[in-house]
Amino acid sequence: MADSLLRAVDIQKSFAGVHALKGVSLDIAPGEIHCLAGENGSGKSTLIKIISGVYQPDGGYIEFDGNKLGKITPIDAILLGVQVIYQDFSVFPNLTVMENLALNSELSDKRKIVNWQRMRQIAEEAVATINFQVDLDALVGTLTVAQKQMVAICRALIFNARLIIMDEPTTALTRKEVQALFKVILQLKAQGISILFVSHKLNEVFEISERFSILRNGELVVTGFTRDLDSAKFSYYMTGREFSDEQFSAKNPGDTPLLEVRNLGLSGAFEGISFKLHGGEILGITGLLDSGRSELALALFGIREADSGEILVKGKRARINNPQAAIKRGIGLVPEDRLSEGLFLPQSIADNLIIAEIDRLASRFKVFDKKKRAREVERLVKEFAIATPNPANACQTLSGGNQQRVVLAKWLACNLDVLVLNGPTVGVDIGSKHDIHGILQNLARDGMGIIIISDDLPEVIRNCSRVIVLKSGRIVEEMDAAEATEQAILSRMM
Amino acid sequence: MHKGFRKLTKRNETYVSLVVLALCLLIEVRSGQFFTANNLVDIASAMVVPGLFAVGTFMVIVSGGIDVSFPALASLTSYATTKMLLDAGYTGGIWLPILISMAMGALLGAFNGVFIGLLGLPAMIVTLGSSSVFKGVMQGALGSVQLAVIPPGMRAFGTSSLFTATNPVSGLTSRMPVGFLALIAVLLLSFFIMRYTFFGRGIYAIGGNEASAHRAGFNTKRTKFLLYVFVGMVASLAGLIRTCMMQQNHPTNMLGMEMNIIAGVVLGGTAISGGAGSLTGCMLGTLLIVIVENSMILIGIPTIWKSVFVGALIIIGTGVSAYQVVRANRVRSTGRLEGEVKA
Repeated sequence: MADSLLRAVDIQKSFAGVHALKGVSLDIAPGEIHCLAGENGSGKSTLIKIISGVYQPDGGYIEFDGNKLGKITPIDAILLGVQVIYQDFSVFPNLTVMENLALNSELSDKRKIVNWQRMRQIAEEAVATINFQVDLDALVGTLTVAQKQMVAICRALIFNARLIIMDEPTTALTRKEVQALFKVILQLKAQGISILFVSHKLNEVFEISERFSILRNGELVVTGFTRDLDSAKFSYYMTGREFSDEQFSAKNPGDTPLLEVRNLGLSGAFEGISFKLHGGEILGITGLLDSGRSELALALFGIREADSGEILVKGKRARINNPQAAIKRGIGLVPEDRLSEGLFLPQSIADNLIIAEIDRLASRFKVFDKKKRAREVERLVKEFAIATPNPANACQTLSGGNQQRVVLAKWLACNLDVLVLNGPTVGVDIGSKHDIHGILQNLARDGMGIIIISDDLPEVIRNCSRVIVLKSGRIVEEMDAAEATEQAILSRMM
Repeated sequence: MHKGFRKLTKRNETYVSLVVLALCLLIEVRSGQFFTANNLVDIASAMVVPGLFAVGTFMVIVSGGIDVSFPALASLTSYATTKMLLDAGYTGGIWLPILISMAMGALLGAFNGVFIGLLGLPAMIVTLGSSSVFKGVMQGALGSVQLAVIPPGMRAFGTSSLFTATNPVSGLTSRMPVGFLALIAVLLLSFFIMRYTFFGRGIYAIGGNEASAHRAGFNTKRTKFLLYVFVGMVASLAGLIRTCMMQQNHPTNMLGMEMNIIAGVVLGGTAISGGAGSLTGCMLGTLLIVIVENSMILIGIPTIWKSVFVGALIIIGTGVSAYQVVRANRVRSTGRLEGEVKA
């Protein structure tokens, strides 16, 4: 293997006694697109940080271009040509594209005085490398996520990058934007640049990478060619568990729909939306980012009241103009961005769990009952298998999957009839994703009506009994999920 | 030209200048006294101290921090300098007092800088604390009382003028103090720092995203530390000039100025969350506050009402820009178009 660009050999790393990496080896060839996958906590980020010089390995070594490296700093790694594009892109929203592009290289040249002309020149050259069309004087904060990412990629290219590590680059991108990103990645590959693509989305791994490596609990589970991989193997390698791919089907839905929507409209977002949701059903709503799907979720929960049409709860007309009204009628929402809308991150897990049912935890004298609270918290933590040593810990100490369980548990504590979930498993790893799907299916079997709003098509198809496809704010298709295929849904969405 | 005009309409400075202009015209129409030579010189003269404070406050807010300790810092350094020189019977020029007070300002600024920059504590808490410490040292350890006499060199500096403007009608005269040059010098220096040094760009970068600034290669700790040292020096210079211009040192009469200064800076379009703002805007905002404070009396509004006006200005001024941000976000979230990347 003398022709590798980068070889990590038997890398060991511990943090305060926790073995984060237990002898991991990784091999990246020049001009190769290599996918690194693994669940949260599998050691992916630690490995990236070792490759980029942020951490020093406790054991093992790294070879770059056939030369064994000693201790390296982040600057050394950059000089070697290793660039990391972090999930937040490390851009400055308040500065112009030009400055964002040129700052890093000017700083690494240890310049003290700003030469705006030279900065512009550097920026122009950088965007030209991938033919990225952008106004250099625009503030980066006004760009779309995809454009910010391109800025980060262009910035990486200034340093003659030979290996670009992309940390879950597609998380916040639309389908179209992902395609554009993949085109750029292929362009970079053609220029001989290797890409280490960190992702846990199976379809992306298949689409873009030639080889893959999967980490689990700090160990390399498997490495090989993507063409030898399939969905079941992928999930198994990631989690060490086998999952059944059973299609959900609604069992004896009730007669009166729990929720009915007639001709609902919200100007600028959606119009003419009608559907019925029976108990025991899981209804999938899918569409592109601008299809109005998120606004529909907000309207059902009363955050943005619909301005035409009507909502019927159990056959009766209901005005849902704020979240309190929705909760009173038994409707809950798991929001798209659970971090900012669904959880109080710095507060304890326990407080997050009981917040929606806080009224019921009062004693006779309307005083908060601590014992009742403790019992309730214990019950919910157990029921939803929330992995925490102590519910008094802050919610932000949990992984994405566990945070989502807290959001779910919070709602289920208040005996809802209808639960609307917007992107229920975004940023959640495979194991937790299956668990969350299991919870939702069980809830439906217990008679709850569930709406999953998601653009993760396998998720929608497997878990829903019916699928509604939205396009530009209108329903373009309603199909039985058992007969729906990804291709069929996609062709209606676009 | 057209594109340039569109750009102007997006800039906060344009709106603040329009408000300043409207206010000036209103006062002129009501009193006929605004655009007189002596009133304009009076306003320029009244700008010196708040202007200096505003420059420091501007830089701190851009870095994502806040400083409420500068009036206490300026009071302490100017009082200590004056007292020390009086006790020593100093009769020389202005340069030694400036040097002494700015050295002390740097030291006290470094006190803030150690906690905020090096130890990473929240700026609001640290400067609230240091403000109290500075006041305590001045009033307790130095036993401050009003100093009715100041050293001759400082007095001479305070009374010397660049030129004198006379109102042709009333015959009132106003002197343009030499201290105004200090404001100009500090403005030019800060403009150069903020625009043409990587130290200054680092201040913007830190205000935008501190973690990214660190990753990009800025020494964020050192930048913040030096920033508070610099701001301490500017504030102490302002304190000394105020002492000279007032011909006496009153240890407490600068205290409480911080809110109006911060308000002026924010009115001028500096984002309170950091990362954005311009010196031009900062000066315009300060000018607005100074005009309200000094000229309301010209249109017959008693001075006791001026705090109401200043307050209303702050609420309206910051409210309008906050509302624009909210609206922009709403438009983006509902009408978001698929971002097209041409690759």
